[in-house]
Amino acid sequence: MLPDTDILLGLYRRMVRIRVFEEKVQELHRLGKLPGFVHVYVGEEAVAVGACSVLRDTDRITSTHRGHGHCIAKGADVAPMMAELFGRSDGYCRGKGGSMHIIDTSLGILGANGIVGGGIPMATGSGLADAVLGRDGVTVCFFGDGAANQGVLLEGLNLAAIWKLPVIYLCESNQYMEFTPTTDLTAGRIYRRGEPFGVASMEVDGNDVLEVRRVVGEAVDRARRGEGPSLIEAITYRFSGHSEGESAFVSAYRTEEEVESWKARDPVTCFRDLLQTEAGFTAAELDSIDAEEQEAVLKAVDFAEASPHPSPDEALDHVFAPAGG
Amino acid sequence: MANAYFMQAMNQALRAAMEEDETVIVMGEDVDRGVFGVTRGLIDTFGANRIRKTPISEAVFVGGAVGAAAAGLRPFAHVMFSSFFYVAMDQVANQAARLRYMSGGQVELPIVYFAGTGPSGSAAAQHSENPHSILMHTAGLKVVMPSTPYDAKGLMIAAIRDPNPVVYLADLRLSRRREPIPGDPYEIPLGVADVKRQGKDVTVVALASLVHLAVDVADKLEADGISVEVVDPRSLVPFDWDTIVASVRKTGRLVVADPARRLCGLAAEVIAGVSERAWDSLRSRPQRVTWPDIPVPFSPVLEARLDVGADDLEQAIRATLGSPVAVGSE
Ligand SMILES: Cc1ncc(C[n+]2csc(CCOP(=O)(O)OP(=O)(O)O)c2C)c(N)n1
Ligand SMILES: [Mg+2]
Repeated sequence: MLPDTDILLGLYRRMVRIRVFEEKVQELHRLGKLPGFVHVYVGEEAVAVGACSVLRDTDRITSTHRGHGHCIAKGADVAPMMAELFGRSDGYCRGKGGSMHIIDTSLGILGANGIVGGGIPMATGSGLADAVLGRDGVTVCFFGDGAANQGVLLEGLNLAAIWKLPVIYLCESNQYMEFTPTTDLTAGRIYRRGEPFGVASMEVDGNDVLEVRRVVGEAVDRARRGEGPSLIEAITYRFSGHSEGESAFVSAYRTEEEVESWKARDPVTCFRDLLQTEAGFTAAELDSIDAEEQEAVLKAVDFAEASPHPSPDEALDHVFAPAGG
Repeated sequence: MANAYFMQAMNQALRAAMEEDETVIVMGEDVDRGVFGVTRGLIDTFGANRIRKTPISEAVFVGGAVGAAAAGLRPFAHVMFSSFFYVAMDQVANQAARLRYMSGGQVELPIVYFAGTGPSGSAAAQHSENPHSILMHTAGLKVVMPSTPYDAKGLMIAAIRDPNPVVYLADLRLSRRREPIPGDPYEIPLGVADVKRQGKDVTVVALASLVHLAVDVADKLEADGISVEVVDPRSLVPFDWDTIVASVRKTGRLVVADPARRLCGLAAEVIAGVSERAWDSLRSRPQRVTWPDIPVPFSPVLEARLDVGADDLEQAIRATLGSPVAVGSE
């Protein structure tokens, strides 16, 4: 049975928002407008959107260097996000963080992270806080298939298992870690790494937003009931390069056919088709959502470009919190 | 002599060392493609047995280098960005820097830990560190940080041949530097500083990309009749006090330019060390130009605020000429 209309349209809207945002970011990067490293989430939208659709505002996530999609899915506003990518003072982090470090603690976004695997311990501790304080919150820890080979995953799974922490470790298996196929350097299946710890472990089609929503939803319910962590491996693919502009310094490492075969299973268009064929939405209804999201992202760019640069001395602020503050 | 970029110079050295000694191996992420270019092309010559692509598992390949070295290899571990040393810091500080000492000298650990280092343009707080002072403080690690392609090649050969763990930091701001260097391998011994510019009024000890800034500032000040000597330590552990103290004895004035934070940093150490050794020849209070004690911010405007600029350095140099000898500290 399909979820309610509102939910379906909400899922669609968030996926489109991510897609439109990321395509704009790619364009801005090509124009040389964005400083620093930029990693986009095009092709993986269903994972973040499906997962965050079962979270409350008070639940928390940890994200990765490829974090724009996670932030949007958790409710971040594209305008201060875009301003942050431009390094401006109206950005989420006042220009201190940039693409790899978008954080909004008020939305439970504990941060994108430049350190591969860096969010795994943090998510575990976030779950600990809920457990200790007797709240029924959960934390979703997004990490890449490459990050699965950082030792902290083993440490996190074990700790979350013995303390029954409400944490969902959600691996985004997009098949690559930088320019290397993950399977070349990864023994066994990632999701099965939870099994020896007694952690509920499963894989899911990461291009199917409803499947992700269902599987993560079950994990969230278990976590809220105090039944501990889950490890979910979402199988997906990134359509674009590891980072924007990479073709200037790396030769091709994927075949056209491979990329095309995944694009044939584009999570956004597949869901759009489903909404039309199985839920009875018209193309016009969906087009108007697309148009609204396009508009919002264009406004976000205007907002970002109009935002002033931080004043240089702001570099010195925010190192320590004021005492008694 | 042929032109080589900074990273190409290191690549040449690594290739030569691998040809010379078949126990030299390379480990790290995407080393077949060669992030930054240091390992580029080596896989074609030396194959996958010696060019080991690792998973994203810094702790195990940084620590693995210790075991491999103790068991007969000379590993070159590519840590990618120097910020990632922190991911593997237990292996660096508790293992690599300790095993020889704790064993009463039983093992040699010929390891090179290589990383690109420093701000490279809005790479933000987790990809822009210059961790040399922390690593210097560890005891048991040698640390080098060259400023030119010529030095980079010679120091790399020396680092690979050295029987100890050597942290080799390649300032990413120098990637586009190019100069003619000899094609054959040559060694620049660790612990030997280089006077990059002769002068007689003020000694500027500058590191990595700041060496070039210092030479530019010195050239400019020449017009005002100020003669600046620029000394590049090149290697930080061991440190060439003789060359630096000799320079200060000649000029009587000292400025240290370090692209890193101030607290407990290299600049503090150089000023303390020179004060101990040549207090009597200092004619004015030493100056240091460093980053403020902040993480490296993302925005270009904020990153520029952190950087040591030509103005900062010029002011510091002028201050050594203007200020009287300080009594005590402030
Ligand atoms: C500790 C650490 N090591 C290496 C890197 C460099 N790096 C950035 S992204 C990346 C690949 C990550 O792969 P994966 O976890 O699968 O995420 P994806 O990029 O596929 O989303 C690497 C090696 C890093 N940022 N941090
Ligand atoms: Mg991946």
